[in-house]
Amino acid sequence: MSIAENSPPRGFRPGQLLYDSRYRSVTIQAIALALLAALLIYLIRNLVDNLHALGKDINFGFLDNRAGYDINQALIPYSNDMSHGRAALVGMLNTLLVASLGCVAATIFGVLAGVLRLSKNWLVSRIMTVYVEGFRNVPLVLWIILIYALLTEATPQPRDFAGDNPTASMLFGVIAITNRGTYIPAPIWGEGGRLLVLVFVLSLIAIWVWRRVARRRQAATGRTLPVVWVSLAILILPTLITFLALGRPLTFDVPEAARFNFRGGVTVLNSFMALWLALSLYTGAFIAEIVRAGILAISKGQTEAAYALGLRPRRTMSLVILPQAMRVIIPPLISQYLNLTKNSSLAIAVGYMDVRATLGGITINQTGRELEGMLLLAGFYLVVSLVISAAMNLYNRRIAIKER
Amino acid sequence: MSDTHAQTVAQVRDTMLPPAPPPRRETGAIHWLRENLFSGWLNIVLTILAIWLVWTVLSGFVPWAWRGIWGAGSLTECRQIRDQLYPAGTSVACWSVISERWQQLIFGFYPPGGYWRPPVALAVFLVAVLPILFTDLPRRLLWLTVAAPFLIFFLLWGGTIWGPLTMALGVVLGGVVWLTGRRTGSPLVTLVATILVPLLFWMFLAKPLAAELAQLAPWGLPRVASKDFGGFTLSVVIGLSAICLSLPLGVLLALGRRSDMFFISKIAIAYIELIRGVPLIVWLFTAQLLLNYFLPRGTNFDLMLRVIIMATLFAAAYIAEVVRGGLAALPKGQYEAADALGLDYWQAMRLIVLPQALKISIPGIVNTFIGLFKDTTLVAFIGMYDPIGLATAIRASTDWQGIYWEIYVFIALVFFIFCFAMSRYSIWLERRLERSHR
Repeated sequence: MSIAENSPPRGFRPGQLLYDSRYRSVTIQAIALALLAALLIYLIRNLVDNLHALGKDINFGFLDNRAGYDINQALIPYSNDMSHGRAALVGMLNTLLVASLGCVAATIFGVLAGVLRLSKNWLVSRIMTVYVEGFRNVPLVLWIILIYALLTEATPQPRDFAGDNPTASMLFGVIAITNRGTYIPAPIWGEGGRLLVLVFVLSLIAIWVWRRVARRRQAATGRTLPVVWVSLAILILPTLITFLALGRPLTFDVPEAARFNFRGGVTVLNSFMALWLALSLYTGAFIAEIVRAGILAISKGQTEAAYALGLRPRRTMSLVILPQAMRVIIPPLISQYLNLTKNSSLAIAVGYMDVRATLGGITINQTGRELEGMLLLAGFYLVVSLVISAAMNLYNRRIAIKER
Repeated sequence: MSDTHAQTVAQVRDTMLPPAPPPRRETGAIHWLRENLFSGWLNIVLTILAIWLVWTVLSGFVPWAWRGIWGAGSLTECRQIRDQLYPAGTSVACWSVISERWQQLIFGFYPPGGYWRPPVALAVFLVAVLPILFTDLPRRLLWLTVAAPFLIFFLLWGGTIWGPLTMALGVVLGGVVWLTGRRTGSPLVTLVATILVPLLFWMFLAKPLAAELAQLAPWGLPRVASKDFGGFTLSVVIGLSAICLSLPLGVLLALGRRSDMFFISKIAIAYIELIRGVPLIVWLFTAQLLLNYFLPRGTNFDLMLRVIIMATLFAAAYIAEVVRGGLAALPKGQYEAADALGLDYWQAMRLIVLPQALKISIPGIVNTFIGLFKDTTLVAFIGMYDPIGLATAIRASTDWQGIYWEIYVFIALVFFIFCFAMSRYSIWLERRLERSHR
C-alpha cells in the first residue's frame, strides 16, 4: 500500500522489527513461536523428569500384553487371553457402533420432532416442544442414568415371558425388553448369503447411478424421469429375487422365552440400550431445532414464487424448499453427529464397554500406563472428529453459494 | 330512486341487516378443535396418539409424585408410611430424601455455618455482571466488577482477608504502572512493565506480605477446603469461573484464528481442533491423571483448581468458535472502514470490530455456557461431589439405599430450571439484538 511506497527503501534498522508494519508480523510470530517452544520444552522437561523419578518410560509395548479382563459386548472375537491392543480395538468398535446407530436414530427423532413441532396440530407441536426443551436443558448424564433406571427397574423380568400365562409379551412377537437386556432376533446366514449381500450393495449403487442419470437428463433436457418408484423397485426387486432364487439363505433366530432366561437371538445389553436411547433422544432434540430453523430460514417468498410458477405443494417442497433448507441444516447436523460421537464417552455412567472403558479405563488401571493410554485415547477421538469435520468441510465447499 | 324501485321490485330494504354471528362451526372451541386437532385423517391419528402418550406418561407420573411422602427419615420409614396410607402395591414417591438432604445437594460438605457464603458470592457475581450486560447502568459500577473476583474468592474459600487483598493490590499496581507509563514512557516498555510488575509482586512479595498482615490483624472467615465444595455450589462455581476465564482466552483464540499471520493462525487452529476433537471427560481424566506429569516435581494442587483450569481451556475453544462466527458475520466494510480511518489492529478490534462481533455472539456464548454448566456433571466421574456424585453417595448411605428416581428427578428439575431460564434469556437477547440491527 501507500506506506510501502513512502517509506525509505534503503537500509534495515532493528527498530523496524517493532515499528514497521511490514516486519512487525515477523517479530510477533517469532515471539509467539519462541514462547510456544519454551512452554513445550518446559512441559517435556518436567515430563521426562517426572517419569525418571517414577522409574517409568514411554513404551507402547503394553498393548501386546495379556489383557486379562472380560468385555461383555464384543463385535470381533475376544477373550481375556487376548492383548490389551485387541481389547482397545473392541472398545473402539463399541464406541463406533453406539455412535453410528445413535446418529441414525438421532436423525430420525430429530427430523420427526422438528417437522412435527411446526405442525398445525396444537397438541403435537406442544408435545414436541416439551420433548425438545426437556432434553436440551437437562444434562445428558442424567438422561443416561434415568433411561438406564427405566430399563432395569421398570421392565419385566425374563421369566415373566415364560410359562403358560406369561405376564409380559414380546414386541411384535420377536423383541423382548427385559430388565436383563433386550433380546432381538439373530440373523443366520445360509448358503449364498454373501451373494445376497453383494446383490443388495449393487442395487444401492444402481440407485445412486440412476439418480445421477435422472438429474443429468433433467439438467440437459428439462424432462424429469421417475426417481422414487424406480429407486424403490431397484432397492427391493433384485434382492428379493436373489433371496427366493437362492432358497432363502437368510433366516432369523427368534429369541424364545425359557424358564429363567431367553434362548436364542441376540442379547442387547441394557447399558447399550440406555446409552443409545439417551444419546439419540438428546441429540435428536438438538437436531429438531436445527431442522426447524432450517425450514423456517427459507423465506416465504420462495414458496410463493414456486406456487406462482405453478408447482404443486409436494414439488415445491422437494425442488425449492428442501434443497435450500438442506444447505442450512447439514453443517450443524454434522457437528451434532460429532457431538454425539464425543458424548458416547459418557458410557462411563452405565458401564458400557466403549474405548474409554477398555483402553482409557481398565487397561490404564492394570498397566499403570496413563500417559500412553490417554494419548492413544485422545488420538482415537481426534482422528474420528477430524474425519467427520473433513467430510463436513468437503460438503460445505460443494454447496457453498459462491460469493465475491 | 326508491320510488321507481317501489314500482318494479316487490320489496326494497333500506336499512342494514344486523350482523349475524359467524356459523357455530367456525368459532369458539369447536372450531379451534376442528382446525387444530382434527383437520384431516393424519391429524386425527396424531392427536389420538398424542393424547394416548400424554395420558400414559401423566397417569404414571402424577399420582406417584403427588402422593409422595415428605418428612420421613429413611427409605424404610417411607415405606412404612406408604403401607399405612395406601393399599398394598401402590407406587409412591419418597420425596423425604430431598427434604432431608437438600442442603447437602445444594452446598455439598460446606460447613453449615457458612451456608450464607455461596449465595452471597453468587449475588456479588450477579451485581458485578450487571454493568457489563446493561450498558445504561452507571459506569462507576465497573469498579465493583474489578473487585468482585477477589471478593468472591474470599467469600467462597475464606481464610484471612489479606490473601485476596494482596492479590488485588497486584492488579492495582499494574494499573498504576499502566497509567503513569502511558503518559510518559514508550508504549512497549509500559506494556512489558504492566505485565511484569504485578507478576513479580505476586511471585515474591504477595505471600510474605499477606502472612505479615495476617499476623497483625487476623481478620477473615473460616477457611473452606476445596474438597468440601459439592452439590450445585460446585457446579455453579466451576461453570461460572470457567466461562468467565475462558471468555478473554476464547476471544484471543478467535482473533488468532482469523489472523493473517501464518504461525499464529495455525497455532490457534491446532489448539481449537485439538480441544474440540476430544471429549471433555477425556480432558478431565487427563487433568486428574496426567497433569502432574507435566508440572515440576512435587507440585500438587487441588483437584477443583485443576478441573477449573481444564474446563476453562475446554470452553475457550468453543467460545473461540462462537466468536469467530460473530467476526465472520460482520460485513467486510466494517473492517475496511476501520483500516481507512487509520486505526491500528488493536484499536480497530477494540473500537469497531469486537463490540459488534461480541454483541452478535452473545446468544452463542450463553449457549456455550449452558452446555458447560450441564457438562459440570461429568466431574462426578473423577470423584468430585457434584449433584450426581452426591446422588451416588446418598444412594449408598444406609438410610437411603435403594432410592433411585426421586433424587435424579429433583436434580434434573433444578438443572432444567437453570438452563431453561438461561436459554430463554438468550432467545430474548437474540430478538432484541436483531431488532437493534434493523
